[in-house]
Amino acid sequence: MEAVNTHADHGHHDRGHDDHDHKPTGLKRWLMSTNHKDIGTMYLWFSFFMFIVGGIMALVIRSELFQPGLQIVKPEFFNSMTTYHGLIMVFGAIMPAFVGFANWLIPMQIGAADMAFPRMNNLSFWLLPPAAFLLIGAQFAPGGGAGVGWTLYAPLSTQAGPAMDLTIFAIHILGMSSIMGSINIITTLLNMRAPGMALMKMPMFCWTWLITAYLLVAVMPVLAGAVTMTLTDRHFGTHFFNAAGGGDPVLYQHIFWFFGHPEVYIIAIPAFGVVSQVIPAFSRKPLFGYASMVYATASIAILSFMVWAHHMYTAGMPVQAQLYFMYATVLIAVPTGVKVFNWVATMWRGSLTFETPMLFAIGFLFLFTLGGFTGLVLSITPVDVQLHDTYYVVAHFHYVMVAGALFSAFAGIYFWLPKWTGRMYDEKLGRIHFWLSLVFFNLTFFVQHFLGLAGMPRRIPDYALQFAEFNAISSVGAFGFGFSQLLFLYIVIKTITSGEKAPDRPWEGADSLEWTHLPSPAPFHSFVEPPVIK
Amino acid sequence: MSNQSAGGYYLPQPSHWPIVASIALGFLGFGASFSVNSMGLGYVLLGIGFMILFFMFAGWFTAVAHESEGGNYNKQVDASFRWGMGWFIFSEVMFFAVFFGVLFYMRTISIPDLGSLEHQQLLWPGFKADWPVAGPGIKDTFSPMAAWGIPALNTALLLTSGVTLTWAHWALLKNNRMQLIWGLALTIALGMIFLGFQVYEYSHAMSEMNLKLSMGAYGATFYMLTGFHGFHVTVGTIMLWVILFRSVAGHFNEHSHFGFEGVAWYWHFVDVVWLFLFVVVYWL
Repeated sequence: MEAVNTHADHGHHDRGHDDHDHKPTGLKRWLMSTNHKDIGTMYLWFSFFMFIVGGIMALVIRSELFQPGLQIVKPEFFNSMTTYHGLIMVFGAIMPAFVGFANWLIPMQIGAADMAFPRMNNLSFWLLPPAAFLLIGAQFAPGGGAGVGWTLYAPLSTQAGPAMDLTIFAIHILGMSSIMGSINIITTLLNMRAPGMALMKMPMFCWTWLITAYLLVAVMPVLAGAVTMTLTDRHFGTHFFNAAGGGDPVLYQHIFWFFGHPEVYIIAIPAFGVVSQVIPAFSRKPLFGYASMVYATASIAILSFMVWAHHMYTAGMPVQAQLYFMYATVLIAVPTGVKVFNWVATMWRGSLTFETPMLFAIGFLFLFTLGGFTGLVLSITPVDVQLHDTYYVVAHFHYVMVAGALFSAFAGIYFWLPKWTGRMYDEKLGRIHFWLSLVFFNLTFFVQHFLGLAGMPRRIPDYALQFAEFNAISSVGAFGFGFSQLLFLYIVIKTITSGEKAPDRPWEGADSLEWTHLPSPAPFHSFVEPPVIK
Repeated sequence: MSNQSAGGYYLPQPSHWPIVASIALGFLGFGASFSVNSMGLGYVLLGIGFMILFFMFAGWFTAVAHESEGGNYNKQVDASFRWGMGWFIFSEVMFFAVFFGVLFYMRTISIPDLGSLEHQQLLWPGFKADWPVAGPGIKDTFSPMAAWGIPALNTALLLTSGVTLTWAHWALLKNNRMQLIWGLALTIALGMIFLGFQVYEYSHAMSEMNLKLSMGAYGATFYMLTGFHGFHVTVGTIMLWVILFRSVAGHFNEHSHFGFEGVAWYWHFVDVVWLFLFVVVYWL
């Protein structure tokens, strides 16, 4: 208990200072965990593993597209790769990574002993492996993986082979995991804050997760409904997505994107949260416009429910609907602009230093904003009619997902690694990782804008000769980016095994509770006694 | 106490139930995938999955009930349960919202569109877009379910069960154990009569009215909405049985009985869903 109240009297940083915690050992510690930090660690390692699996799939895609003509894989296998690359990266890599952050950080940042429901927390994590087995197992189903795209559009998905059923049940299990995880996070944030930790005093990361968890509870059941109807259309004779029975394939798209658009923010908003912690720390200034940041994030979340059909401009809808969805989509630029302004204003006249987390945060700021701009371009209906399902769209959302969410996750990992492990990462290697990632990312995806504008369609294993050069460049970039991530793995392992001892507060500008009130590494149970918040 | 934070919030020791649940879901996922594709192993895997799932629910909830009766849960834990249950019910609302949305979409967009002049001329000559309808490609005919027979009776049953459950809750607050048990027993009886009627209605619909799941827009929305609702009534009834047994065993007191209240919230939620069902599926 004495370990938690102050960091000043901690001259020593050995791992033994929380002996009274009865840390479980061996396999039991992980399989039966009720500890938010261990569960967070499992989430993060799991997401890294899935990141590698999804990354290998991406490299299969880029290998095939290195040259025009069918080169390496069969078209149906190519389709399966695009499908599972998307599903695994979204549900297996990025979302679990940020849930890992939430697990590690929320109890520490609000001064709680643990998450509100520690056992359900473990269940949320342990539902991921069966879902991953189902998704990976789908590759070996008769007829191979379902080549339907990650959006699982009907009627393709209602006609695909048995792999589709494995995918559907994987999504059901992932949905349960997300809903339970989100209920846990909301309850923790609303009910477990230390006395004096008012909602509007919470670190921005906590706010972003409160809003994200709300979105998840609201839309994961919608996805469950969509894939349930796909299942019954496939096997039980319903006609939800079949015009012969009064249904409509476009109905699937409406339901999917009612989930899918908020899902985009489910991925982006926690990334905003991480960046909102990192930028102030390395600017040595408090976050500019904290309250406006909270309101902007909430506005984005609410607006995200009202813009879904901008994914479907070409599916056929009345022009009035197109106009509405266009205007509503453009409106999202306002709160997003508030956020970008606030991050820049936080740096304005700050005492800046550029350690690896800050580099990734600034990389995020530039590239995410670029991805946001191309999103605005795509929101304009007549433009989208030209660009729909081209590589321009692929480039757009990889700027948001990779340079947005993934860079933010890297920023967060470098930022909190000293707190989690008690050891510093290798700053030089970290910077090399950043620059390699930045250069190869842009090499991969910037050229895809040109490909899309020139009319190259996505999800097709072959292309016209005129696209050859840019595709070759993109593939080289993808392999460079992929192999750069092995350096990241090396850096993390090196930090854990032989990093230098980290001080309790290695970043002088970082001011949330985990830095100011807890030693490094954070003890097994953080706040047995709630801290006093001024 | 090692598993209690100084603030008194109960922090459970490591537990094997989550991993058991995960194994159950793994079996169910593969079992269901194999079963729907008529692969032999499927039903075996499903069976194992359901057995593990049942074992897990029984074990986990027993553990929670013992912790609760052991006085481990303070006010803050109680509040966590309330938030948790509330958000769980919100997620259920969103799940039902999808199927109601599908019904509205079919009735106001896809079916009128299929009956439009263009479609009449080019695709589906002779299709009349009057609800209730199966769809232009389905030649079989069916009779729709009338609202003012069994469905109206079922409405009355569920509304009454809401009243008896509240009566049981009052009894719990007044510490009147006998009234509590009778209130719960009545609620369960009403729920089970409801389910019995529902089973009768389904068999009647399939054998006499040719109303099947494959009967296009009407059949699919009718069975999916009432079916998922019926499934929720079944789960709610099982939950009511559990709290009935717990009440008989002397669990709960007037200050601490979230187990009871959580089930009651769930039951009322199922009740409200039924009212919407009655109006938009059966009546209008």
